[in-house]
Amino acid sequence: MNPNEMTIAAARDALRKGELSAVDLTMACMVAMDAGDGLNAFVHKTPDIALTQARAADARLAAGEAPALCGIPLGIKDLFCTKGVPSQAGSNILRGFKPEYESTVTAKLFEAGAVMLGKLNMDEVAMGSSNETSCYGNAVNPWRRGNDPTALTPGGSSGGSAAAVSADLCLAATGTDTGGSIRQPAAFTGITGIKPTYGRVSRWGIVAFASSLDQAGPMTKSVRDAAIMLGAMAGHDARDSTSADLAVPDFEAALTGDIRGKRIGIPREYRMDGMPAEIEKLWADGVAMMKEAGAQIVDISLPHTKYALPAYYVIAPAEASSNLARYDGVRYGHRAKLAQSDGITEMYEKTRAEGFGPEVQRRIMVGTYVLSAGFYDAYYNRARKVRALIKRDFEQVFAAGIDAILTPATPSSAFGLGEMADADPVQMYLNDVFTVTVNLAGLPGIAVPVGLDQKGLPLGLQLIGRPWEEGDLLNHAYALERAAGFVAKPTKWW
Amino acid sequence: MSIDIDTARRVAKLARIRVEEADLPRLAGQLSGILGFMEQLNEVDVTGVEPMVSVTPMRLKRRADVVTDGNIQTQILANAPDAREGFFAVPKVVE
Repeated sequence: MNPNEMTIAAARDALRKGELSAVDLTMACMVAMDAGDGLNAFVHKTPDIALTQARAADARLAAGEAPALCGIPLGIKDLFCTKGVPSQAGSNILRGFKPEYESTVTAKLFEAGAVMLGKLNMDEVAMGSSNETSCYGNAVNPWRRGNDPTALTPGGSSGGSAAAVSADLCLAATGTDTGGSIRQPAAFTGITGIKPTYGRVSRWGIVAFASSLDQAGPMTKSVRDAAIMLGAMAGHDARDSTSADLAVPDFEAALTGDIRGKRIGIPREYRMDGMPAEIEKLWADGVAMMKEAGAQIVDISLPHTKYALPAYYVIAPAEASSNLARYDGVRYGHRAKLAQSDGITEMYEKTRAEGFGPEVQRRIMVGTYVLSAGFYDAYYNRARKVRALIKRDFEQVFAAGIDAILTPATPSSAFGLGEMADADPVQMYLNDVFTVTVNLAGLPGIAVPVGLDQKGLPLGLQLIGRPWEEGDLLNHAYALERAAGFVAKPTKWW
Repeated sequence: MSIDIDTARRVAKLARIRVEEADLPRLAGQLSGILGFMEQLNEVDVTGVEPMVSVTPMRLKRRADVVTDGNIQTQILANAPDAREGFFAVPKVVE
């Protein structure tokens, strides 16, 4: 096995034993990264930073000081501000932007010894489910439909992260999830991705999309790796007033694999009309696996599920229209070339028309509309009331003793790039149908690869946990991972 | 609720995004489609439900009202598309 193919856990153990050096591991990843250009996953490479960090990690390891991620090469989603390194959020509006500061998450990862290989492709400002709204052009899924060379989407918005981890260009990557942007791409590429409880991970230094929904999390090759990396990312941060002042437990220690007697809820509303038979079967297989592991399966109802997507597509654009107002061509990023007679209004309007792509423009305008005088109550306040009901649905099932909820992660396997080009924007939004409820309720959710469909593409299931109980959720995921025994990898074509 | 061309023009103006006249009909159609999707929310009985404001029921932390940084003018201006003499530069605002 090449070192870049290792899990975090395996590499950590080999580094600590001195069987592998951080520099050698980083070099192996850089070779894989350069050979993987056809995937368009890495959009800004940082080899000099990576080698400096790897040498420092080797020194720490030699001194017997080996924190969780010491010497582990990671990819960082372009949404995270990284000091002195382009951080564009996949958008032309931030072209040329090099932050003068480091996001809390990347700072914590670096303190834990992690190595940054570079920045990863993503949908523009995290708005998209296929990576096709990126200003860099889309990342490509390493998986294909057997011998069919059709290029498939790695999902979105964290599509570059998913492609890079799945293709072993790095050991793991950061992602962010506003409506499913960690879990959907993880499911499309056969990897693990967890969105923590809202407030578990600091949002400081992450380009904001919808502040009440955004959460960062790890995208990894195993559940154990997700536990290790989440432990390094999480924790209270005074610079994010919504970050929770709670101790971060040892998530890895929670992985016993013992879920005997746990009560797993199966929400009947997630059985959608027209659900592909393969997804239905995967879900049934997952139920059987949890039962086999000793859990009790309980049918539950989350009656407002149907309204989650429309509520999300009011609330997220509303928050986005406010957050994205800062991109005005004054303080950072792109400014349009102006005519002699142009004033400041023309500067704003031309800059934003040039800098934002069509999907981002659409969402800003939807948000502007639902927040405008006369429509605020009809759309925005109504959506926030429905959101309260969606959250209450979950609170009621957890109060009734449910430990975790099992659902499909996505309504299909990865689709072809360009296949949705002529579709109504709403068709693309349906990708988030199983994941978006979790963001609205602020809960932790994890996608775990469970099987392949008939085309040979990975499919994942989602587990949803109680707030702040990521350890227990990860343990459920660990039990599912062990039962599913998913070991398939994409056949290398790139 | 269907969005007409005038409404689309007004929303684009409010959002400070230039949209060419020729593109307004298509934009109006797309916005109408998205808002039509949201009409489903009208089926929900929300009587007596408070709009959700905070994901986690917690009191926001406060800190002392003191200066925590400063003297970083160069860093603040480092990414400006146009900065002159220690200021952000913009086109003329007042005639």
